[in-house]
Parts: sequence; structure tokens; C-alpha cells
Amino acid sequence: MDTVTSIAVLSVLPDILHDLIFDYTLRTVALGAAVIGIVAGALGAFAVLRRQSLVGDAMSHAALPGIGIAYLVTGRKENLVLLTGAAIAGWLATLAVLGIVRRSRVKFDSALGLMLSVFFGFGLMVLTYIQRRPDASQAGLDKFLFGQAATLVQGEVRNMAIAGGLALAVLLFLWKSFKLISFDMDFASSIGYPVRVLDVLLTTLVVVAIVLGLQAVGVVLMSAMIVAPAAAARQWTNRLGVMVLLSAFFGALAGVTGAALSATQRHLPTGPTIVVCVSAIVLISLLLAPNRGLVWAWFARRRKGEELRRTLAAADAAHGGPRILIEENS
Amino acid sequence: MTDQQFAIDVADMTAVYHEQPVLWDVDLQVPAGVLMAIVGPNGAGKTTLIKCILGLIKPVAGQVLVQGKPYKDRRDRVAYVPQRGSVDWDFPTNVLDVVEMGRYGALGWWKRPGKRERDAAMHALEKVGMAEFAHRQISQLSGGQQQRVFLARALAQDADIYLMDEPFQGVDAVTERAIIDLLRELRAAGKTVVAVHHDLQTVPEYFDWVLLMNIRKIASGPVDEVFTEENLRLTYGGVVAFMQAPNGSTAAAVDTESVA
Repeated sequence: MDTVTSIAVLSVLPDILHDLIFDYTLRTVALGAAVIGIVAGALGAFAVLRRQSLVGDAMSHAALPGIGIAYLVTGRKENLVLLTGAAIAGWLATLAVLGIVRRSRVKFDSALGLMLSVFFGFGLMVLTYIQRRPDASQAGLDKFLFGQAATLVQGEVRNMAIAGGLALAVLLFLWKSFKLISFDMDFASSIGYPVRVLDVLLTTLVVVAIVLGLQAVGVVLMSAMIVAPAAAARQWTNRLGVMVLLSAFFGALAGVTGAALSATQRHLPTGPTIVVCVSAIVLISLLLAPNRGLVWAWFARRRKGEELRRTLAAADAAHGGPRILIEENS
Repeated sequence: MTDQQFAIDVADMTAVYHEQPVLWDVDLQVPAGVLMAIVGPNGAGKTTLIKCILGLIKPVAGQVLVQGKPYKDRRDRVAYVPQRGSVDWDFPTNVLDVVEMGRYGALGWWKRPGKRERDAAMHALEKVGMAEFAHRQISQLSGGQQQRVFLARALAQDADIYLMDEPFQGVDAVTERAIIDLLRELRAAGKTVVAVHHDLQTVPEYFDWVLLMNIRKIASGPVDEVFTEENLRLTYGGVVAFMQAPNGSTAAAVDTESVA
């Protein structure tokens, strides 16, 4: 059964490549996923470097009640309305986390866990309530849970590209400042940089990146698009610029691959498929990247061990007799 | 402008953390051109005082004047060296880039650094003897090298006043010597240097001015006048062991464990 499926997948591969360019749905989905991957990857690099990877998680989960409430209040299902609600809720959750840390003795991780579950739980409640209402127009909100890239239309992708392009333009324009506050906040403040404003702005850009991906990837797994490409990119480089570019590339690669797979197979939700793809990239990076990769480190350790043994042997020869060596496996 | 203007003038500085006072009613005048140590036990508020001067912590009371003006009007004249451990040294960047950050204040928050900034950074790196490390990834630096990179960043700021939080923390004897030579050079050039310092033995040798504090100010002034047994006992609570140095000056060693 498994081999049959994989053969089937392999045999449709050329078709997928063809469809990526000529099929409306697939092209739209792939473009959308690429935009999501690029924006989330680039901004995620900063979130990861600032040790705020989990903030992305809290933000995206917290977006759910925003979507539900936006629908309840306006009675409309346009993406712009729903995603504005999502952005506001995600933002509020972030502010709540930072506020709790600043004003109480509750630690950062606990505050995040708290806000994530409170907002997400509330969001599920709102969603359930909406689904039980008698009017039939509610259908479709649950796509925001795990994402459904196939529902993207060209206009939406265009809007996503505009919003994402704006976010990246701000990132480029304030590159130096964002680098500075990510590395040394106190120093930045001492030389007069408006660190609060920059901090809020950078956080807002991450919110934008998350909101962009909610429809296609979903609230549950969108944070993976923030964290995973950046974590993988960090393995390959020691330069911030290269890391951000690489992270954006990994994000796009995983996005397009995952979205294409889920759009061509029935009942394959996009979010999980994309996350599987990005996880593969992370795994490869963790193992194989030069210097930081595990395989590399293993070989380096072995080489050092051999060098040491050779030096000892040379010293023994100079002494004119073997010294007592402890067996490696004893 | 009068001749008697202080480099730093702190009045009534009080700061609290979780309803605990960490700094209580501290008055401090730092004359221009001194090399001053801030000493006191762990939790004495030394870092807090520096951060209050820099406006990084909002005090509940008190005011700071730098060269007779509020800090925000004089911050281009002040350089800050944070504790080495306050940043993530695994950040993906190199030595030159970090030192260039010393020019970011003059550059403004949107202009990009160029050749002028790079030259200034290289010059500062030469002064701390780290020029050949310019393109080294910062995660590959030793503790002493990290400290010198931070010093170079402060030098690149080209300020009048240098505030340093534990510049000797975790550096070897050679680096400590190199750093103190650098601080003396700054003083010789008419700059004011204020450094949080932990080794009481070296205070009389390295510094000419000292602030002893433990939440409150105990004493401040020239080292020969205020760095006394009596003041040290008041600062550290009577657990200071004194040794009479051969040249007659008082040296002291502190059992910091029992203080903490």
C-alpha cells in the first residue's frame, strides 16, 4: 500500500511541476506559500536571535479568538476583517505577556504558556459557539486551525505580497537598529535609540508575518514557520545578513513544497504538510551543516582524538617506552 | 560654564526593585578627569547606579546631570561598557561589526555605516590590541577578548565620560594590565572613567577616585582620603580582612561569600 502511494506520488511529480506554472490553483497556492515562507523566515530570524521564538507561538495561537470575534462583531468573512482581528488579538497577547513579566514575578516562559492557552482555549470556545449557530454562513472559519492553502485566491496572494513586502521594506530600512537592539538592548538605549519603539515595531512585524500565514498554514503551526527556517539557517552561517536571506529561502522552499503537496492530494491540510517539509530542512541542517552540524562535530572530535593519540605515541617514542594508556572502552 | 563643573552629578538617587530599595538617596559628584572605582558588596546597587545615570532604569527619585546638563542632551559625550555577560556572544556577527556599533549613536538610527565608521572601528581595535581579530566571529573570542571588544566599542564612541560595568570581570592578568593601561591613557587625555570594580587590593594602585557604596553611599572622594579601613568596614559590614602592605598603604581582602 505504501509503495503504491509513493509510486503514485513519484509519477505525478512532473505533472506537479507543470501545474505549478500553468494551473491557476496550484500557482496561486505556491506563490502564497512562498510569500509566507519568505516573510516569516526573514522576520523569524530576528525573533529567534532575540530568544523570542515562543512569542511567535503565543501570538499565532492567540490569533484564533481574534478571528472568531471579528466574525461575530462584523458578521463578515472577508479575510481583511478576520485577519485584522487576528492581528489585534495576537498583539494583545504579546503585550499581556510582556506586561506580566515586567509587573510580576511570573517568568517569561510561564507567562507565554499562560497567555497561549488562555487565548487559544477562548478561541476554540468562540469557534465552537459560531459553528453551533443556526445560520449556515459560519462554515470555513475552522480552516484557520490547520490552514487550507487551496482556498487562497489570486487577489489574496497579491494582498499578502504587498503587506509582506512592506514588512520587509521596514526591516531593510531599520536593519542596523534592529540588529543593535537584538544584540545589545541596553547599549542601544544608552546611545539614544528609541528601543521601546523599535522593540514594538519589530514585534509588530512578526505579528504581520504570522497573520499572513494564518489562512494557509493555520494558527496551530504558523509558529513553526517563524522558528524553524531561522533555526536551520543559523546552522549554516555566522553572518546576520546571510542568515536572514537563507532563512527566507528555507521558508519559501518549505512553503512551496508543502503547499503543492497538500493542494494536489485530497484531505492533506496545508499547515502540517508545510511543517513536515520545514522540519526536514531543520533536520538536515542540524546534522550536516559545517562547523555547527552534529556530523561535522563528530568528525572533528574524532580527528582531535586521533591527533592526541599520535602526539602521545610520539612522546612515548621519545621516552623510549610505552606509557600506560587507558583503553577507550574500559 | 564654571571650572567646578562635575562630569557627573547625581542627586538623591533612589531606585527600588519589587518594593525593595536597591539604591537609597545616593548623592555623587564625579570631577572631570578622574579614574574612579565603584566598590561595594554584591547587591550593593553598583550596576543599578550606572544604569540610572544612563537612564536605562527609571529611578523613583533623584536626578542626574552630565557636564551640567540632563543625560539626554549629553549622551554623545558618554560611552557605556555593559557587563560582558549581558549579551549573547553567539549572535551571528563579527568583531568589527560590534565595534562599529560604537558609531551608531553619531550615525542616527536609520543611516548605514560606511568607510568612516569602519576606519574608526579599526582604529579602536588597534588601541585594544585586537586589530587582527577584526573579522573573527564573536562566538570564538575568549572572555578577555570579549571584554576588549566592548572596550573598543566604547573607544569608538569617542566620548568624554566612560562608564564601565566590571571591565575586569573574568579577564586574565595580562588583559587586566592592558585594560588598566588603556584606562590611564584615557585619563591622561582628560577623559573621565568610572568603573565598577571588585578587587579591593588593586583599588589604590589602579584608581585615584573611589565610591564606596552599599545601597547607600558610604563615602566618595580621592582614594587616599576615603579608601580607609573604617569606610570599608561600613561598606562590607565588618568582614573585611586587612593586610598591611609593605609600602604602608592599606590593602584589604574581602570574604565575599560571607557577605552574600
